[in-house]
Amino acid sequence: MSIFSRLKPKFLIYKQTAGEQAKYLVNFPRLWKSTILLTAGVALVPLIFITMVDYNVTQQAIEAECLLRTSRIVSNTRRTISFFLTERRASLDFIVYDNELEQLNNPERLAAILKNLKKGFGGFVDLGIIDSTGRQSNYVGPYKLKDKDYRGQKWYKQVVDRNVYISEVFLGYRKAPHQVIAVKHDLPNGSFFVLRASLDIEPLRNLLSRLEVGGSGDAFIINHGGILQTPSRDHGRILEKTSMPIPAFSSKTEVMEEKSINGEDLLIGYRYIEETPFILIIVKKKSDLIKSWQDTRLKLIIFLAVSIILIVAVILHTATYMVNKIYIADEKRVAALHHAEYANKMASIGRLASGVAHEINNPLAIINEKAGLIKDLFIFKGTYSHDDKLIGLVDSVLSSVKRCGRITRRLLNFARHMDVSIESIKLEEIVHDVLGFLEKEAEYRSIVVSVKVKDIPEFGTDRGKLQQVLLNIMNNAFAAMDDGGHLDIMAVCENNSLVSISIADDGQGIPEAERKHIFEPFFSTKTGQGGTGLGLSITYGLVQELGGDISVWSETDEGTRFTITLPLHINEKGRAKA
Amino acid sequence: MRILLVDDEEELVSTLAERLAIRGINADWVTSGEEALKQVENEHYDLAVLDIKIPRISGVSLKKKIQAKHPGMKFIFMTGHGSEDDFKAGSKETGPEFYLVKPVDITTLIDKINVALNIRGDVL
Repeated sequence: MSIFSRLKPKFLIYKQTAGEQAKYLVNFPRLWKSTILLTAGVALVPLIFITMVDYNVTQQAIEAECLLRTSRIVSNTRRTISFFLTERRASLDFIVYDNELEQLNNPERLAAILKNLKKGFGGFVDLGIIDSTGRQSNYVGPYKLKDKDYRGQKWYKQVVDRNVYISEVFLGYRKAPHQVIAVKHDLPNGSFFVLRASLDIEPLRNLLSRLEVGGSGDAFIINHGGILQTPSRDHGRILEKTSMPIPAFSSKTEVMEEKSINGEDLLIGYRYIEETPFILIIVKKKSDLIKSWQDTRLKLIIFLAVSIILIVAVILHTATYMVNKIYIADEKRVAALHHAEYANKMASIGRLASGVAHEINNPLAIINEKAGLIKDLFIFKGTYSHDDKLIGLVDSVLSSVKRCGRITRRLLNFARHMDVSIESIKLEEIVHDVLGFLEKEAEYRSIVVSVKVKDIPEFGTDRGKLQQVLLNIMNNAFAAMDDGGHLDIMAVCENNSLVSISIADDGQGIPEAERKHIFEPFFSTKTGQGGTGLGLSITYGLVQELGGDISVWSETDEGTRFTITLPLHINEKGRAKA
Repeated sequence: MRILLVDDEEELVSTLAERLAIRGINADWVTSGEEALKQVENEHYDLAVLDIKIPRISGVSLKKKIQAKHPGMKFIFMTGHGSEDDFKAGSKETGPEFYLVKPVDITTLIDKINVALNIRGDVL
């Protein structure tokens, strides 16, 4: 037997067979299933719904937070870079306002300014003054660039047009990445000159590298052509074309979602920096940003799963418990109903029996007297006193009447004790009374009945109930035995307080599997042969009512022995039960 | 001795009287309670055998009525019906040994009569 079938409640096993009248009020398997489904539905649907809503809301909130954070860091960084460049440009502006062109054309003065700039700001590499013809009239720095002609160069045209120029990062012939900032200064005579400074990109690079962009974040600058202006961790080396597409122009900070080459989700924040050729880009891995969300999500899912398991377990247990209780109650109701039906039937039989006995008794008494008179006449008048045949015939009539009388008396006795009443009885007499009902069958089937019921004192019990108990068991014994079987009825007194009656047959016995069920209502091996499965359950009930006990010993093919123990002195409890 | 038999079954009671007469017991019979009461007014009886169920009056109340007037009389009940109540009422009046169920063997009846009247020995 598997564990499941052991645990399976009894009401799930019972199956109503086709054509059978419904035994129970309720279809228990269906009640069980619908209770579970309904309760589970009512409990689980809101739980799952709320959890899903919470899941979505939290996810959306966290994603929005990620976008916002990325956007904020891009904006802040853009402001820093803008400020950095504006500051350098402002310093150049200050120089041209603070110094006359003559001073600036003085190499010593220009060298002093460069030195101060290096000290004050850092990152300045050289300074040059270019006059309106495009010639570099003065230069201080590590290269020999004095008198270099910039007239045809693009940047020069731009600074002349727009008064300021901020270059991209480039190598130039110095073979080191650098950047140029130039400002134009108009002179009162209508002419102008340009102050040009080269900047090391190290400060800019430091600025970006100091950004807190997370473990796998990447912050860098590209120009409008996609060339990296500062080194990037994952998107190419400095002054190479970046591997990522150039984001579309926008005057605001933008955040977009992309997939990396490895298929990872990336959040890319960017900003076109005004008045420069730069685009600031900050790339973050989405998985890093939503790590906290993943933790929350895992907790949420575990919470949901544990809740569902708990709820389902509680529902299963409660539903099974409740339905089982109803099942047991219904089973008791059915048993009580059958018991009542049976008692009713027995009472009807009793009434019928007593009626018949009474009706027959009167004519029987007349036959008795008439036949007796005939015999009297034969004997006392002497007319036929020597006719043995006639005397024999009359004797035969009289003995038949006597036999009928015994039968009707037995019927009356049986019927008389249908109601509950405790009286003093002789066990031997009752055993013989009951055997009287079976003696014909015993004779036909050559069943040997032995009775050893001696020295049992009279004791108080319910005669009718005891008769019924003995009759039921003996009937069963007769049914179990083959022709020529043996039925032994024995009674002994135990401790002067109990009488133990054993009824043993040598019939087919009860298989072990059935033995523990035989006193249960509706347990029958004679189903379909008119057995109700109630005989022994009623017997059991009756013995209990008498304050006694019944037990069974049986071996297959060896026989069965029922032992009934009854109290010799019925107590108040037993009486109350009865 | 004189005995009165009361039973609504005439066939039975007359035959019984005849059989008792054969055995030397002087027995009269009637088939109703009213006749029985009348009879005991006119004649003296030592003992009455009463059916427990006779029309209009029960054997038990008939016995009480007769006994009121003739305290020395003895009674035996005879019944065709074995109901619990009858048994209780009847055996209370006479003692269970004088409560007989039909059909009654004639010798048993005579034994009981002798016992009731304290007669030793066989009348037969």
